[in-house]
Amino acid sequence: MLLIDCPWCGPRAQVEFACGGESHIARPGPPDTVGDDIWAAYLFERNNPKGIQFERWCHAHGCCQWFNVARDTVSHEIRAVYRMTDPRPPVDGTRFDEAEGSG
Amino acid sequence: MAAERGSAVQPDRRNGPRRDYSWAGLLRHGLRRRPGWRPAWRDPAPKARYRVVIVGAGGHGLATAYYLARNHGITDVAVLEKGWLGGGNTGRNTTVVRSNYLYPESARLYDLALRLYEGLGRELNFNIMLSQRGMIMTGHSRHDMDAYAHACNAMLLNGVDSELLDRDRVRAMAPLLNFGPDARYPIHGGILQRRAGIARHDAVAWGYARAADAHGIDIVQNCAVTGFDIEGGRVAAVQTGRGRIAADTVALCVAGHSSQLAGLAGFRLPIESYALQAMVSEPVKPVLDTVVLVPPTGMYLSQSDKGELVIGGGLDLYNSYGQRGNPPVRDAVLGAVVEAWPAFGRLKLMRQWGGIVDVVADSSPILGPAPVDGMVLNCGWGTGGFKAIPAGGWLTAHQIATGQPHPVAAPFGLHRFASGALIDEAAAAGIAH
Amino acid sequence: MSGWRLPPSGIFGAERIDRERRILFRFDGRNHVGLAGDSLASALLANGISTVGRSFKYRRPRGIFAAGPEEPNAILQVGRGAAEEPNARATVIPLREGLLAAPVNCRPGLRIDMLAALQPLARFMPAGFYYKTFKAPGWESWEPAIRRAAGLGTLDPAPAPAGAAHRYAHCDVLVVGAGPAGLAAAEAAGAAGARVILAEQDEAAGGNLAWDDRFVDGQPSALWAERLAGRLAGRGNVTLLTRTTAFGLYDHGYVSLAERLPTDLDRGAPPATRLWGLRARRIVLACGALERPLVFQNNDLPGVMLASAVRRYLAQYKVAAGRTAVVFTATDDGYRTAFALRMAGVEVAAIVDPRPDEGPAAQRARDSGLPVFAGSVVSAARGRRAVRAVRIDALQGGRHAELACDLLAVSGGWTPSVHLFSQAGGSLDWDPAQGCFRPAGGPAGIDCAGAGNGQFGLAGAIAAGRLAGTAAAEAAGATAPSPPRRAPDPPDVLEDAEAPPAQLWLVPGANPRKSWVDLQSDVTAADIALAAGENYRSVEHLKRYTTLGMATDQGKTSNVNGLALLAAATGQAIPEVGTTRFRPPFTPVPLAAFAGPYRGDLYRPRRFLPAHAAHVAEGAAFEDFGGWQRPEAYPRGPEDVLAAAAREALAARRGAGLFDASPLGKIEVYGPDAATFLDRIYANTMSTLKPGRVRYGLMLSEHGGIFDDGVCARLAPDRFLVSATSGHAAAVAAMMDEWLQCEWVGLKVLVSDLTTAWATIAVTGPRARSILAALDSGIDLAPEAFPHMSVREGRLGGVAARVMRVSFTGDLSYEVSVPAGHGESLWLAARAAGHTVPIGVEALMILRTEKGFIHVGADTDATTQPADIGMAAAIARKPGDFVGRRSLSRPAFAAPGRLQLVGLERLDGTAPFPVGSHIVEGRDSARASAGAVTSSCFSPILDRPVALAMLRDGLARTGEEVRVFDRGAEMPARVVARCFLDPANARLHG
Repeated sequence: MLLIDCPWCGPRAQVEFACGGESHIARPGPPDTVGDDIWAAYLFERNNPKGIQFERWCHAHGCCQWFNVARDTVSHEIRAVYRMTDPRPPVDGTRFDEAEGSG
Repeated sequence: MAAERGSAVQPDRRNGPRRDYSWAGLLRHGLRRRPGWRPAWRDPAPKARYRVVIVGAGGHGLATAYYLARNHGITDVAVLEKGWLGGGNTGRNTTVVRSNYLYPESARLYDLALRLYEGLGRELNFNIMLSQRGMIMTGHSRHDMDAYAHACNAMLLNGVDSELLDRDRVRAMAPLLNFGPDARYPIHGGILQRRAGIARHDAVAWGYARAADAHGIDIVQNCAVTGFDIEGGRVAAVQTGRGRIAADTVALCVAGHSSQLAGLAGFRLPIESYALQAMVSEPVKPVLDTVVLVPPTGMYLSQSDKGELVIGGGLDLYNSYGQRGNPPVRDAVLGAVVEAWPAFGRLKLMRQWGGIVDVVADSSPILGPAPVDGMVLNCGWGTGGFKAIPAGGWLTAHQIATGQPHPVAAPFGLHRFASGALIDEAAAAGIAH
Repeated sequence: MSGWRLPPSGIFGAERIDRERRILFRFDGRNHVGLAGDSLASALLANGISTVGRSFKYRRPRGIFAAGPEEPNAILQVGRGAAEEPNARATVIPLREGLLAAPVNCRPGLRIDMLAALQPLARFMPAGFYYKTFKAPGWESWEPAIRRAAGLGTLDPAPAPAGAAHRYAHCDVLVVGAGPAGLAAAEAAGAAGARVILAEQDEAAGGNLAWDDRFVDGQPSALWAERLAGRLAGRGNVTLLTRTTAFGLYDHGYVSLAERLPTDLDRGAPPATRLWGLRARRIVLACGALERPLVFQNNDLPGVMLASAVRRYLAQYKVAAGRTAVVFTATDDGYRTAFALRMAGVEVAAIVDPRPDEGPAAQRARDSGLPVFAGSVVSAARGRRAVRAVRIDALQGGRHAELACDLLAVSGGWTPSVHLFSQAGGSLDWDPAQGCFRPAGGPAGIDCAGAGNGQFGLAGAIAAGRLAGTAAAEAAGATAPSPPRRAPDPPDVLEDAEAPPAQLWLVPGANPRKSWVDLQSDVTAADIALAAGENYRSVEHLKRYTTLGMATDQGKTSNVNGLALLAAATGQAIPEVGTTRFRPPFTPVPLAAFAGPYRGDLYRPRRFLPAHAAHVAEGAAFEDFGGWQRPEAYPRGPEDVLAAAAREALAARRGAGLFDASPLGKIEVYGPDAATFLDRIYANTMSTLKPGRVRYGLMLSEHGGIFDDGVCARLAPDRFLVSATSGHAAAVAAMMDEWLQCEWVGLKVLVSDLTTAWATIAVTGPRARSILAALDSGIDLAPEAFPHMSVREGRLGGVAARVMRVSFTGDLSYEVSVPAGHGESLWLAARAAGHTVPIGVEALMILRTEKGFIHVGADTDATTQPADIGMAAAIARKPGDFVGRRSLSRPAFAAPGRLQLVGLERLDGTAPFPVGSHIVEGRDSARASAGAVTSSCFSPILDRPVALAMLRDGLARTGEEVRVFDRGAEMPARVVARCFLDPANARLHG
C-alpha cells in the first residue's frame, strides 16, 4: 500500500489514486503525417524500466488532479512528485535492490 | 493442421525422456539403503557456442528446448536461467489450465496447449498431476448468461468444449457457493469448460527440464544474461555472468523481464510489467472439486490436491517488478472469496506472494521474430502463461527450427501492433485473463 | 508422556491460570477439565494427554511440541458448525467453556488410524514419490483418494460468522513484539514523545521475561515486565495491542496486523479476528527468536518438546509435561529448562549436551547435582506411541546409555524471527557463531532489536531495544515532551555468561529415514538427501520437491535445519544455500478477518435511483446494472420479466411510456475552449452545434474502437452537456479529464460529472407531448418551438428542470431532468399527468432494437470502429484530429472480414434468436463463426422477432440468407437493414 504525496492534498493512501502508466509520451500528429510504426510505438511500446519509472497518477478519489511521480518499480520507493507540465526531475538511479525470491 | 496435433510427431524414444519413474522404480530404490535415483538434470558449465540459446528456464523456455529436440532433432541448445529453473511465473501461478477463448486464433493456440498437456505426464514420464476437473465462470444476470451463450457458441464452433449451466447445475458442482438470499451477486448460472482444470506447476517445469536434459540440452542455472552481441543487425552471442556464449538463434522466454532483455538488445516491446498476486489457504479436506471464477469480483480459486485453496484475482494496477503482494488487492480478493463462499471465512490465509506478469494491450501473447535478426520472442502471456506452456514451447521451437512462424502462431507476431490486427480477448469478452 | 498440573506456588513466572475457575472441554470424544487462562494445549497437557494427532503423510502419532504459534503438530479441529475452526493451533487457542476439539488425520480415531498401515511402506514413498507415479491410467483416477487423504481439518458448510470491522491507524513508531527488546524500545520511543503502537501476538506482554527465572532491577523478570507494560499502557502516547500479530510488512511503512478479540470464556464461539491497517513512520522489529529442534531418530514421538516450551508450560500454566525428563540441548538455554523442571518436581534423568567442553551452564548443573552427559547426543528416542526412553551416545564413541523418560526437551539453537524484515526486502547474514540467519542490510525506516536481531543476551536485548526506540522516535520527527522526560536509567540485569550453541544438524548415528526435519510436512533428513541427490539443489527446489516448510507453520521450526542439511548434502556452506523467501502472513489469518463485516450489501454498495421507492411501489423487478439497481420491468400478476417488457414496449408505442433514465451520464463541459475540446474528444464535430441544439456523437478510444456514444447538447456557447451511456459516465468524465490535464494542458475547459446530481425521466410515445404539457414546465412544447434534437431549460414544480427532446425509441420522446432530490416527485408528477405506463430497461431494449439503435457494449465491443456501424462517412468528412483518428487508418481497419452491424430476420419461426447465437459459414468440420447475434427480442408492435448482429463484412450483405447457430441447432435468417420500424422516422414527431 503505497503512500503518495498528492501535490494538492498531501500524503494519501494508494487506494485513493489511479495510475496512468508511463508519462512523458509525446502524442504524434497530425494524423496524416504519422506512419503506422510511429503510431504503434506511441500506443504500445513502453520503456517498462526495472528501476526508476516516470509515471502519472490521478488522485481519483480526492482532488481528481493528475501529476507525475518518479517511482522505483522494484522497491516502490517514490523519489519525486512533480506537476504534469514539469520535465523529468533528476533522480539518481541507485536504489535498494531487493533479493529475488520465490513464490 | 493435422501435422500440428500433439500426437502426430512421435517423440524419439531412444534419446527422449527417461522412463525410469514408475512404481517398480520406487520399489527398487526404496529397498536400497540409500535410493540411487539419477539427478533429474545435470548442472553443466556452459559451452562457448550453441546453435540455439534460450534465455529463461521457466515453463516456456524449457518446453521450447524440449520440443526443439523432440520435433526438430535440434539438441545443440542451452537454456540460460538467472536464478533456479521454474522459479519465475511458472513456479508461482495459480496453476489453472483452460482453453475457453472467444477468438479462433486464441482457441487454436490455447487448445493446442491443452491437448499437449493431456498427454504430457506420460510423455515426459513425470506426473504433472493434470486434473481436468472443469472450470466454471459464474453468471449473475440474464445479461451475463447472454454473454456466456455468445462465448459458449464461439468455443463450440472453435472445436473447444463448453457448456452453459443453469443455477442448479452450478450448485451441484460447487455446492458451497453462496446461493443464499443475501448474496450481493446472486448466481443465475454459469459456463463450464470440462477439460479445463489445474496441473502441478513445478512438475511441468521439472518434467520438461528432465526431458530436455535427457536429450543432451544444457540447462545452465545461476547464469544471468547481461547483454547481446549484435553484428550487422543479427544476434551473434549472449553475454552472461558466466562468459560469452555464441549462438545462431536466441529465444527470449522471460515473461515479466522481457522489456529488460529487449532493452539490452536495443529494442522496445509493447509490454508493461505488473505484479500479480496469488494466495493459498491452509489445507482442508476436499470442499471444492472444480475451478471457479466469479467475474464481478475477478476472483477465482481452486483447491489443490494438498487441500489448500489456491486463490487469484486482479493485478496491482501500477508497473512493478516487486515480486510481492499488496494489501488492497489482497483484501479485495479475500473479501470476494468470503462473499462467494461464506463458509470459507473460517479458513486461514497461509501464504501470499506475487509474480511479475508481462501484459500486452490486447491480452494476447507475442510469438515470432524480434526486431533483431536471429532473435525469437515468446512473451506477453500476461496472467495466463502457465496454461499455454506446451503450445508456447511447441510454436517457439517451430519458429527457431524453420525460421517461419507456425500457422497457429502467425497472428501473434509483433506486426499486429502496427497493422492494428489485435486479438483482443479482453475487449471482446468478459473472460478474465 | 504424562503431564500434570503443579500444585500452587513453587515456581517462577507470570501465572496465567485461575485455579478457582474450572472450564469443561472435550477432546477426542472425552470430557476434560482445564482452568481459565489455559490454552487448549496447556489444558491437554495438564490432563495427561500426550498424542493429539497424526502426521500428514505417514500418519505417525504426534504430540504437542511447542507453546506458541510455531506449533507444527497440535493442529486440531475445534468447534462445530458456524463456530468451527479448522486447523486450530492448540497452543494459541484460549480454553473456553464447552470447547470441542478433535484430532485430524486419523480415522477412525487417534489410537487406530487405517492409513497408519502405510507406515511400513514409508520407504517406498519418499519425498516427491508422486511425481514418479500415478501417471497411468491418468492422475484423475488416483486423485480423489489422494485428496481425501491429504488436507488437515474439515470445513463445515455453515457460513462463517462475520469478521470484525477493520481498523486503520497511524503512528510514529510501531514496535513489533513486547518482549524485553520491544518493551524497552516502546518505553524509549514513548519517552522521546513519539506516538507508539506496541503489538504483541501473545495474550500479554513480556515475552521470555514472563517464563524465565531471571531478575531485572532486583525483581523477578515477569514482574518487571508486567509493571513496565502497565506503565506504558498508562502513558497517553503508547498503545499496547496484545493478541495482535503484525503478520505482513508492506510498502511505505504499511503493516497489516491481526488482532484476536478477547475470548468469552463462557461461550463456545471462537473469538473474531480484527484486521488492522497501520501506517508507521518508523518500525522497530523486536520479534524475538524461535527455538530449533534437533534432528535425531524418532524425534517426532509425542513427548519430544521444545525445551523453551516445556519451561513456558511450567511457568505460565503451571503444567509439567512429564514426570521424568531428559533435556537434550545444544544451547545453554536448555539448562534453564532442566533447572525449572527440577524446581517443579520433575525428575531430570539427564542433560545431554553435544558440546564437549563443559561451559558455565553445565558447571552450574553439575554443581547442583543434575546429571550432565557432555559431548553426547540423544541419537534415538524409543517408544511406539510416545517417548519411553532415549538412547544416549557419546560423540567420541564408546560410552552409551539408555535412559527411561516420558519427556524429552530439545534445544537445538535459536532462529531469529526475521520474517517481517525479510518480507520488507531486508537481506540476511549468516551468523556463524550463533548458527543463525540475522538481519543485515535492510530497507529504510526499519530497525531490528533483541533476539530477533541475533542479540540473545537479556541485557543486550534491552539495551538494543532502547537504542532502536530512541532512534526511531527521532527519525520519525517526534518532538520531545516539555519538560523533557528523562529517559529512564538502563535496568540492572543479572546475567550469566553463555557459551555459544553447538551446531548439530543431524545427530550422528540416527537413521535419516526416521529423523524428522519438518514435522508437519513429514519431511525427513533422508528426504533432503534424496532431493539433493536428484539435483533439486536450489533451496527453492528443495522446498518445493520435499514440501519442507510448506505446511501451516511455514517451517518456523524446521527451515534452518533443512537448509543446513541441504548444505551438507551438496557440499556448500549454509549461507551459500540461502533461505527461501519469507512471505506474509507470519501466522495464518482467517479469511473472515479480511472480509470483515463487509458482506452482502456491504460488500459492494448498491446504488439506488432517486425514485427507487416509487419503483418499488410500482412493483418493479430490479436488476443490477453497473451497480445501479434499476427496474428491469414492472411485472403484473403472473407476468415474467419478458412478458412484462413486451406489454410495456407495446404500451409505450401506443401511448406514453415513462422510463427512469437517471443513471444516464450527464457531464458538463464548459469554458472558452469547450467546443475545441469536444471536437477532439468526439469522432464527429460538435463546434458547429448551435446553442439549444443537440447532436448524436461517438467517442473513440485512442486505439480506434468505439468507447461511448450519446447525445451532446450545447447549453450556451461555452457550455455543453454530454450524455454518456448509463454506468459509463464516470469513465467518460475521467477520460476527458485525463486528456485535458495530461495532453491539452493549454485548453481552458472544466469537466464536471453531474450524473448523480440530476434525476432523469424519459417520456416516450405518441402521447409524450401531452404528458409533458401537463407537467407545466413553462417550456413551449410546440414542434417548431422545440424541435427534435434540442434542449430547453425551465422549471418544474418550483425547481430547475432541463428538457431534452431526443429519442432512443424512435418515438417522440423527452428526457426531463430535475435536481436528484426531486426525482421521486418528478416520477409521481409524470405518473399523475395522464395515462402512462412505467417501462423498465428490458422494454427500452425492445424499443431501441426495433429501431436498430446500437447499445455500446452490447452490440459493439472495444474492437468496433465507426465504419463497422455505418458511420464512416460522417467521420471521414471531419477536419482535424480527434482521439483515435490515427488508429482508424491502420491496415487492419480497412481490411476485409470486419464484423459489422446488421439487422437479422428470422425465416423459420417466431421465437427470437437467442442473444449470443452465432452466424455460421461452412459445414461440418469447416463450420466457422462469421459473427454473432448481439441484440434480439420479439417485437410486440411488429409481431415478429427482430435482431441485430455483428456479421463479417455485414454492411455489404443485405438480403443474403445466412444460418444462425445455437449450441448445435441451426436456424435460417436473412440479413436486413438495422431499422425494423418506421425507417422514415415519422414517429419521432408524435
